[in-house]
Amino acid sequence: MMENKVGKKTGYFRNLRHRLYVYRESYILIAPYTILFAMFVIVPVVASIALSFTDFNMVNTPKFVGLENFSRLFLDDDVFLIAVKNTMIFSFVTGPVCYFAALMLAWFINELSPVFRSFLTFIFYVPSIVGNAFFIWTYMFSADRYGLVNGLLLKLGIIREPIHWLTDSTYMLSIIIIVQMWMSLGAGFLSFIAGLQSVDKSLYEAGALDGIKSRWQELWHITLPSMKPQLMFGAVMQIATSFGVGSVCSALAGFPSTNYAAHTIVLHAEDVGTLRYEMGYASAVSVVLFIIMIISKTVIGAVLKED
Amino acid sequence: MRKLNRTRGGNIAIFSILILLGIFMALPLVYAVVQAIKPIEELYIFPPKFYARRPTFDNFRDLINVSGNLAVPFERTVMNSIFVSVISTVGHVIIASMAAYPLAKHKFPGSKVLFNIIVTTLMFSAPVMSIPTYIVMAKLHLINNYLSVILPSFASTLGLYLMKQFMTQLPESMLEAARIDGAREIRIFFKVVMPQVKPAWFTLIIFAFQASWNQTGGSFIYNEELKLLPTVLSQISADGIAHAGVSAAAAVLLMIPPIVTFLITQSNVVETMSHSGIKE
Repeated sequence: MMENKVGKKTGYFRNLRHRLYVYRESYILIAPYTILFAMFVIVPVVASIALSFTDFNMVNTPKFVGLENFSRLFLDDDVFLIAVKNTMIFSFVTGPVCYFAALMLAWFINELSPVFRSFLTFIFYVPSIVGNAFFIWTYMFSADRYGLVNGLLLKLGIIREPIHWLTDSTYMLSIIIIVQMWMSLGAGFLSFIAGLQSVDKSLYEAGALDGIKSRWQELWHITLPSMKPQLMFGAVMQIATSFGVGSVCSALAGFPSTNYAAHTIVLHAEDVGTLRYEMGYASAVSVVLFIIMIISKTVIGAVLKED
Repeated sequence: MRKLNRTRGGNIAIFSILILLGIFMALPLVYAVVQAIKPIEELYIFPPKFYARRPTFDNFRDLINVSGNLAVPFERTVMNSIFVSVISTVGHVIIASMAAYPLAKHKFPGSKVLFNIIVTTLMFSAPVMSIPTYIVMAKLHLINNYLSVILPSFASTLGLYLMKQFMTQLPESMLEAARIDGAREIRIFFKVVMPQVKPAWFTLIIFAFQASWNQTGGSFIYNEELKLLPTVLSQISADGIAHAGVSAAAAVLLMIPPIVTFLITQSNVVETMSHSGIKE
């Protein structure tokens, strides 16, 4: 009976009640998480999606308005379209770059002796540990001549007046992209480090016997296929951070930023939701972002062929 | 001993890239520490310096002094945060791992659907959920109760997803062997699965601690005595009573606990797995 629980034989259990009974221990293990998940994730998410079809100002009861919020978003809200554009530029630059950088760095670091490995993992991960670390960049790019970057450029005579890095819409988005890259090696990077540690080392010896000649062949034929689950995890986390960008922008460029040059979808949702109390509309903004993210995840999942 | 398939030139190239990027990564944080130990007059000199000429702990002293004027002792706030973070982290790791095991290895009715729902919700952005979440908390009478910060961290999707991804890789044969010996699933989970995915949960400890440490709890905790460290520190900086040096000191102070957690757990990841890997 027990060995039937896993493996192909499960298909023989036609009777659902019987299967539920066989897997009773699975349900016990999963119960605490599922209950909490339903209360604190499912309920709020479903409520937000439901609210996106309503007009809700947090005082009166929500009024059903159908797709009105969505048509207003795409037809009448220029700031939303700017936010979509910025979020897209942002995600398409930081997403792939951070993802591959994290993977390559993890792989490089994995080659080193344990002491160096721990040290460099620390150096590369520490910006992500420190929650609000991006405020440091406001010192570096501060608009007066006491800011590190302005100070340096003035001293070298490259510029004559301090540049308002974070309020000038020409520089804003680029600086935010740099800062985001700096702090978002994050979750993917560490899971790659741990994933590389879990690869069966004897596969490498077997690979060498089978004619693998260089470290790149080894990466492609042995290492990457062995860590597909981690690659998928890293990709999903990367999607969530890249498209979910918001607090970095408002912390660096102010809220709202000059000409909305650093306005993102998340910030737009916050703006209409918490400043203008249009919760129905804010929920619609989030639903749009949600859909964009799900599409990206599906595409990446297909590329990585994860089942 | 030279490793397989490695050239000397390649090693040197890789090492140089790592060092250059490492400097880029480390500089801003070093600068934060430098700002925190600069005396106030050095914060406003031209050209700005990357080092402190007369390093001092004045900023940290000022921070303690400023917070001394608060209604609640600073130590109390620090203890609040430590308490909440430790409970959240332990619960997050255990509950997520327990749920990840059946999702990874048992094909029970509903497992696929449940897992897909969990990963999909990872993509829902937090800001708009704040109002519905607040209503849930209010209905459960958890406002001004630490459970409002702790329980949602147990329901975090990240931990479950990470653990599930690592457990998927465990060879079936290992679990079968334990089953033939008559072990129950719960025992297999603790005795066979968890030791094998050590790198995963050590990594998860880092994520979980860091997430809960940076939790402000701002929308659920209003009682001054119960407030958490990030909230209180941002109050101090926002009040304008503190200058830039004090804010830097506060930030540096906030960094310490997650960094310590990282150092402890990460050295374990490297140590436990460096020679083995998961074997078929």
